[in-house]
Amino acid sequence: MKKYSVFAIAREAMRGHKGWEEQWSSPEPRKEYDVIIVGAGGHGLATAYYLATVHGITNVAVLEKGWLGGGNTGRNTTIIRSNYLYDESAGIYDHALKLWDGLSQELNYNVMYSARGVMMLAHNVHDIQVLKRHVHANRLNGIDNEWLTPEQAKEFCPPLNTSKDARYPVVGAALQRRGGTARHDAVAWGYARGASARGVHIIQNCEVTGVKRAANGAVMGVDTTRGFIGAKKVGVVAAGHSSVIMNMAGVRMPLESYPLQALVSEPVKPVVPCVVMSNTVHAYISQSDKGELVIGAGTDQYVSYSQTGGLHILQHTLDAICEMFPIFTRMKMLRSWGGIVDVTPDRSPILAKTPVSGLYVNCGWGTGGFKATPGSGHVFAHTIAKDDPHPINAPFTIERFRTGRLIDEAAAAAVAH
Amino acid sequence: MLLIRCPYCEEERPELEFRNAGEAHVARSANMVGESDDDFEKFFFIRSNPKGIIYERWRHMHGCARFFNAVRDTVTDKFVMTYRAGEPKPSKLPKNSNEGLAK
Repeated sequence: MKKYSVFAIAREAMRGHKGWEEQWSSPEPRKEYDVIIVGAGGHGLATAYYLATVHGITNVAVLEKGWLGGGNTGRNTTIIRSNYLYDESAGIYDHALKLWDGLSQELNYNVMYSARGVMMLAHNVHDIQVLKRHVHANRLNGIDNEWLTPEQAKEFCPPLNTSKDARYPVVGAALQRRGGTARHDAVAWGYARGASARGVHIIQNCEVTGVKRAANGAVMGVDTTRGFIGAKKVGVVAAGHSSVIMNMAGVRMPLESYPLQALVSEPVKPVVPCVVMSNTVHAYISQSDKGELVIGAGTDQYVSYSQTGGLHILQHTLDAICEMFPIFTRMKMLRSWGGIVDVTPDRSPILAKTPVSGLYVNCGWGTGGFKATPGSGHVFAHTIAKDDPHPINAPFTIERFRTGRLIDEAAAAAVAH
Repeated sequence: MLLIRCPYCEEERPELEFRNAGEAHVARSANMVGESDDDFEKFFFIRSNPKGIIYERWRHMHGCARFFNAVRDTVTDKFVMTYRAGEPKPSKLPKNSNEGLAK
């Protein structure tokens, strides 16, 4: 792997940019690997990267039915934060946030992590209580989060409507300054390049159609559209399709898959300097470096794999955006799209060993998995390599739904679900 | 937005009138106290989440307000049929209902 640097740019400029090499190779699959990762999204590629760099396991294949980073990695709204209520969540999301800081240098790939601040709005007394509780809980966990008055919120985000006669007036806000955004595609590409350079095989257009188990129940490998590929360890990181893959291994999951939509506006000059979220009116917004307003909507109410949600869901969100930012009422929206998110009953992810020996699962990230990408890959690689969870992901088991030891961010909801 | 046929009102109405109420035919134990942890987990948390035909409950919230069941394809979001609550899970789906449905 040739290092990217200002000297590389200068060198290539001198010779007509003919020396740039492929960022990752597309090898033919081997018959057998030490580890197979199902799904080449951000989480799967990060897992492969940390298997290679931290644990020295490079005989790894990442199988992808489409193209890498083409699922929810390419569809999310790129928001990064770690202001979750519970200790377990704080542990894993802040682990990720610490890795985001410095990820571009680690990968030698510009993931454009921008700690521009995530501001969550309060509109009523209940919001104030909930958000202040989050502020205090976060600070006890060593996570930055601070309370802002409406005037301070306005100062931090000038286009925000803080007038007292708004239908849902802003009465305060919680601000995590380390929160922000990153370039979602670059995260997948950077991890893919780093993993591929260390010998990991990234095999695209290769759909897993079955999971083979030996007589003793342990995993033997997977059937794919390119034939059987053997492995003693298989990690399922298939987002909305995780329960489909797990069913192939005979494991029923506490998951339901829902459409989640997002949309972007026409590009305009810089106007939203941070990320603004409101759970009460259900809207969040940021601005990409290209200038588009990036807006996330909610999930539809029914299980679906259609990757298209209802228009009324988008309308609902745009109503809220126009209420918070009257300046945007005449903006044109350019594109909208949907993805399928896998949601657990307590709205916390599952990163764990499974009842099947050699089978591991990283799923259930629901509506907010992008922010966790580096941390998720890092601890999931540990789980696979050691056949034992990392202390950070140890609470995120499947068994918690039997024991009742939930991590109930659904009720705590620092985020609009 | 989905168009959903309420089997009580006997007409198709827009999704906004309805609330989805999750997977259908999940039997609640008559002896909940005696349920094992495993069985309670299956009843309360584990869902089939199929890619294909799903049996699900809906409630005609802003209409007759009654619960009913529906058969829908989760890939196309097309409804195969709806039927009243309490009726058994259809053993056979209506003919032609598989047209355009993913396997």
